[in-house]
Amino acid sequence: MRREIPIAICFLAGIFYTLELFIPHRQVLSIFETVRQWAQILIAFAYVLAIANILRVNFHAIQKNQRDWPYKVVLIVSLFFMITLGIFFGGIGEGTIFDWVYYHAQYPLQSTMFALLAFFIASAAFRAFRIRTLEAALLAVTAVLVMIGRVPVGEELWNNFPDFTEWIMNVPQLAGKRAIMIGAALGAISTALKVLTGLERTYLGGE
Amino acid sequence: MKRILEKLETLDRRIIFIFIFLSIAIPLLLPVNMDFSVTPPVRSFYDAIESIPPGSKVLVSCDYDPGSMPELFPMNVAAFYHLLSRDLKVITIQLWPTGTLLAERAMSEVLKDLPVKEYGVDWVNLGFKEGREVVMVSLGTSIPKTFPNDMHGTKIEDIPIMEGVNTFDDIAMLVNISGGLPGTREWVQQVVLRYHVKLGSGCTAVVAPEFYPYLQSGQLVGLLGGMKGAAEYEKLIKRPGTARRGMDAQSVSHIVVFLFILIGNIAYFSVKGVKKRLKV
Repeated sequence: MRREIPIAICFLAGIFYTLELFIPHRQVLSIFETVRQWAQILIAFAYVLAIANILRVNFHAIQKNQRDWPYKVVLIVSLFFMITLGIFFGGIGEGTIFDWVYYHAQYPLQSTMFALLAFFIASAAFRAFRIRTLEAALLAVTAVLVMIGRVPVGEELWNNFPDFTEWIMNVPQLAGKRAIMIGAALGAISTALKVLTGLERTYLGGE
Repeated sequence: MKRILEKLETLDRRIIFIFIFLSIAIPLLLPVNMDFSVTPPVRSFYDAIESIPPGSKVLVSCDYDPGSMPELFPMNVAAFYHLLSRDLKVITIQLWPTGTLLAERAMSEVLKDLPVKEYGVDWVNLGFKEGREVVMVSLGTSIPKTFPNDMHGTKIEDIPIMEGVNTFDDIAMLVNISGGLPGTREWVQQVVLRYHVKLGSGCTAVVAPEFYPYLQSGQLVGLLGGMKGAAEYEKLIKRPGTARRGMDAQSVSHIVVFLFILIGNIAYFSVKGVKKRLKV
């Protein structure tokens, strides 16, 4: 029964949500709406669980003096600092202390992390785009054309550069992308069917 | 000469970093404002908003964080400005917790130019709601039940702009500023076909190619891809902003990356010869 009951629940829940797309009756939809509200409440509780998990994992690392433990202290202090600001110091709207900290700490920190990508991408492009094979040549040439064609300097060099780049995006790129998407969707459908019918049981742990 | 080429082949990445830094910093400090044309995906986005009758309500979901702010914030500001300047009513929500304050800040920038626009009458921020795809689908059955209050805690029924807004049938268009997941793909999959909503997307340049199939199939009415897309949109609405200012830096840095790829290949083939290097 340890396996049969979860498989039955999974089957019924899957069929339930599939039916939503085929029975658009108002009374049926109201049942789905109620279930979705339950889902939102459950997700909200997941936040509490997530905070408990963060505390458990990080306190354990601090107690054991594991590598980088001071960063874990910063994480826990920041977590409670922001929660305290949001709840007890005027909420999270514009002009609040929460907003000030968000804009003057989180914004520059996160932007800096993302901005570093520009440097690493440039360095990676220098090393990766070596034309060793025909495929590598195609990749490098297309990458350079799209890279130059999608910035104003490309248009300065050749008037039709943006149109040419759009053609690359709309024809070869899109054909490849669509093929991948259709393949992935068919794979997802077959996996979903296997899960619903109980043929795929790895989510139960084991087998 | 061979030694120079060998050194170039294994160039220290810190030298590349310095060139990239200069190629971004100098054009930002000394802009030349290179002109550019507007590409069809951005034109479609603009036209879709232009075709909405004044007074209609548009839902804007700001799903991004400060990491993608340089690309997405300018298009968020431009979209709010375009909508409000056309007398459309803006209802904004966020499915990313980090998006709430960014949406507020974007609106603050717009209100400097359009101070007559009033909160609750011309625009409202319903705030963040956790639940990702569940929230998207819930909006299709009841917007007031999904968001019973705005971000300040005011009840939906006390907000004039929300009068008569129940489902997507009462929304003229959906605009998604998307920094990742949940974002445009999820809006298309969960909402567009099921509720027949017009969806326009603004996304980072790195994910824009993924949305071209949706654009071609008509599931997206327009697409702003990265900072270039935002700059083109700023040009269309005649309100140059930070995306327009970033175009020179992006142009020069792309040229620098191209030159490094070129130099890398010249050095690579010169050191041992083309025949030894090519794997045919």
